Amino acid sequence: MALHNLTIQAAHDLLRRGEVSAVELTQAALDRIDEVDPAVKAYVTVCEESALAEAAAADRRLQSGAGVTPLTGIPYGVKDCLSTIGVRTTCSSRILEDYLPPYDATVIARLRAAGAVLVGKQNMDEFGMGSSCENSAFFESHNPWDLARVPGGSSGGSAAAVAAGMGLFALGEDTGGSVRMPAGFCGVTGLKPTYGRVSRYGLIALASSFDSIGPLTHDAWDAALVLRTIAGHDPLDSTSLDAPVPAYGRCRRENLQGMRLGVPLEYFAHGIEPPVAHALRAALDHLEGLGAELHEVSLPHTDHAISIYYLILTAEASSNLARFDGVRFGLSHPLRDAGEEVDVLERYLQTRAHGFGDEVKRRIMLGTFALSAGYYDAYYLQAQRVRTLLRQDFERAFEKVDALIAPVSPTTAFRIGEKIDDPLRMYLSDVHVVAANPGGVCGLAVPCGFAAELPVGMQIIAPPLGEQVLFDVAGAYQATTDWHAARPKIDVRG
Amino acid sequence: MVIDKYEPVIGMEIHAELRTASKMFCGCAVVDTTVAAPNTAICPVCTGLPGAMPTVNEHAVTQAMLVGLALNCEINAFTSFARKNYFYPDLPKGYQISQFDHPLATDGWIEVATEASDPLRVGVRRAHLEEDTAKSFHVPSERAGVGAYTLIDYNRSGVPLLEIVSEPDMHSAADAYAYATKIREILRYLEVNSGDMEKGVLRFEANVSVRLRGARTLSTRTEIKNLNSFRALTRAITYEITRQMDAMESGETIAQQTLGWDEARDATFVQRSKEQAQDYRYFPEPDLPPLTIDRGWVAEVRATVPELPAAKFARFLEVYGLPENDARILVAERALADYFEHAAEAYAKDPADLSKWMVGELAYLMNRDGLTIEQVPVTPEALAKLVALVSDGTLNQNSAKEVLETMVETGKPPGTIVQERGLVQISDEDRLSQVVDEVLLENPEQVKSYLAGKTSLLQWFMGQVMRKTRGRAQPQMVLALLRERLTARQK
Repeated sequence: MALHNLTIQAAHDLLRRGEVSAVELTQAALDRIDEVDPAVKAYVTVCEESALAEAAAADRRLQSGAGVTPLTGIPYGVKDCLSTIGVRTTCSSRILEDYLPPYDATVIARLRAAGAVLVGKQNMDEFGMGSSCENSAFFESHNPWDLARVPGGSSGGSAAAVAAGMGLFALGEDTGGSVRMPAGFCGVTGLKPTYGRVSRYGLIALASSFDSIGPLTHDAWDAALVLRTIAGHDPLDSTSLDAPVPAYGRCRRENLQGMRLGVPLEYFAHGIEPPVAHALRAALDHLEGLGAELHEVSLPHTDHAISIYYLILTAEASSNLARFDGVRFGLSHPLRDAGEEVDVLERYLQTRAHGFGDEVKRRIMLGTFALSAGYYDAYYLQAQRVRTLLRQDFERAFEKVDALIAPVSPTTAFRIGEKIDDPLRMYLSDVHVVAANPGGVCGLAVPCGFAAELPVGMQIIAPPLGEQVLFDVAGAYQATTDWHAARPKIDVRG
Repeated sequence: MVIDKYEPVIGMEIHAELRTASKMFCGCAVVDTTVAAPNTAICPVCTGLPGAMPTVNEHAVTQAMLVGLALNCEINAFTSFARKNYFYPDLPKGYQISQFDHPLATDGWIEVATEASDPLRVGVRRAHLEEDTAKSFHVPSERAGVGAYTLIDYNRSGVPLLEIVSEPDMHSAADAYAYATKIREILRYLEVNSGDMEKGVLRFEANVSVRLRGARTLSTRTEIKNLNSFRALTRAITYEITRQMDAMESGETIAQQTLGWDEARDATFVQRSKEQAQDYRYFPEPDLPPLTIDRGWVAEVRATVPELPAAKFARFLEVYGLPENDARILVAERALADYFEHAAEAYAKDPADLSKWMVGELAYLMNRDGLTIEQVPVTPEALAKLVALVSDGTLNQNSAKEVLETMVETGKPPGTIVQERGLVQISDEDRLSQVVDEVLLENPEQVKSYLAGKTSLLQWFMGQVMRKTRGRAQPQMVLALLRERLTARQK
């Protein structure tokens, strides 16, 4: 297999045996970016020079043998909402187009310490607001399986990059499906860990109560390796959980004997395209064949998930995005002209009018409204109450089963432009993934087939801190299937 | 009088910076913002950079609890932070992390002395933690072509701030002054705030309304912001009470407004009307989990609450027998009271004599030289020694004053100064008799006048004796000798 298409484990073996160097591996990823990214457009920024320097440092570490981790010398990219010291971090927004963070996000610092090699920053829907990567202020990203289609969102650049071999893994961020949904569209494995499992320090917040950083990889064991490195309590993030980090993925189950898997009725009820439903059905049969018991379960408040999610998200986002005011960093409008006095309100208005895209403005307005005096109880507070019911749905289900199996999306990747003018339809493409975030559970998307040559994703959902269960189910499934091993052929001629 | 017809009702909000080593939500040092170079104690958290997150400074919580307990508040077991959203360049995140529906401390009270015979009990509705804003410096346009601009110093951004909200239990500017003074005194006692108004570590807001005397309900109130001195507090409230009474007298209705205080014009001015009132869109801060305040923690903090001024005052009267006025002055400052108690340990014979020297001569010299009790180079033991020297007759009052002045100026112990200057009092009767006789002999005219009835000359003779002894004569003995000799001549 070509160097750019390896799993982390395969690459690590080669590095350890000295059959390939970290510089070669990084160069292969950079070459692949040169080759296919003009067509896929996954990266906003490529840091070739620093990547090669980091790879050379990793090679020295590999040669000395001291402090080598499974990620030492592994090239990766990150969604452009994670702060990277000295590398511009844009959230795919005009307002941060030239912003250079003076510090690293905790996850970046941890990957750096492990010796992983950062090759660049990946495109996304602006501030994570979108499900197709079409809301990037810079350019659309394309699905490597069909360049006319979206990669999903908001971590679309990250999913597309991994699928296309531009980095062996990526870090994405999932607020309401933003890792799992594009992973499903692009045929890669995408993890949304339990909220608080991974530090958010340095992540440019969308909805602080929901944001979860997780890896996009080629298989579940790669995801486990990355999670092992980035998880754990961080004194800089008070919401990070002070729970021990297990050696995720070290114990691997051969089969699923005795595993109870729930099939939530509401997730299979309506709106699923027949080929997607068909692939899911086949996957359930396969899991049963591996020894799992399938149980029908009900999550009765699923219908409210989208409303809860958008109320809380817009409220928190309206506040989180208030700091983009043109005073200390980022875009400031109008540009300072000698002698021109600009009223501070005028500067706010102009900066934000120029700096934010339509979807961002829409959500800031919705969130500001939802928090306003007289509406707070009816919207934000009510959403928090229903959120408790949604959580209880999951708690009750997990009394009976170890994990849930559901589709990632009701459809395969849609065409670029297909839903962009219909925000509500766009929101509904996340119907199967949003509930996990307000529900407080963790979830993993894995490829489970194809429909008309486009990947179909299966979602595994486990209770809070049940990441190992996700890896067990997905690991046993991937050990006996090869959907995850498929790689797209990219027509770079366009 | 109009004032008899109406009753002013006043509530106060006091913002006090807490004197912690680091800021409320990050590790940056708390610096004196009037001295430190701008923007030198800042980080991604307190400048609101994207992705930065707050963490709670436990010491600030402890200090806030200390204040809460000193103000007789309940410390709530469940307390949480909330975001107060508004836009201003000195507020880097576009929201202030504050507390809203679950403040740290609630339902307290303090007693303050006023002109009335009974002390006034003022309720403390709540005390909650929040972060201070940055400081803006507006630079006006100085020449054509260069516009006005604003500089912002983020050193203050994120400094822990305690907001203490009173009940509307005050009824005059004097009440408000007494309450604010009392709060300042307590904060200084607890060593959580320097009370230094000029440095802006303590800031006042007052809510003022006026109702017909005897009315049970509250009238519409106005809120006066940014009162940064006691003078401003008193004058603004006085102005506002008069303004509202005049308005009511002429049948106008009082509008609910936020006011500013114009020091130069000596008048309040409208900042915002009710219609323009900010909607702060409070909601729970999702970056900080709620705090559960363990009862053991409260007990630990409670054990560190020092004796407060009121209790100390009563004890100083009872244990040391001080005059009320001296005791009041000494307890106003913890360091002064501690100084006194140290000195009283070294000179238990007559503590009231010590306090007389402290609030009299020592206070005068400190004031003259601009020294605080911590800075003055006279130890409590040295002061005790000085007072003892007076008491045992070694020094007379005037020499003692001279010695104390030298002590303040040089830090030398009193014994050394007395020796160096030869200030030991002359109380040897034979020596003094000799000097008295000399004086009477040298001034026959004055003796004649005295004997003719001009008895006020006695002081003049005394002065002559003092001159001859360079002030060292024991005055009582001199007086006795003068009287004795002069009476003898009269016969």
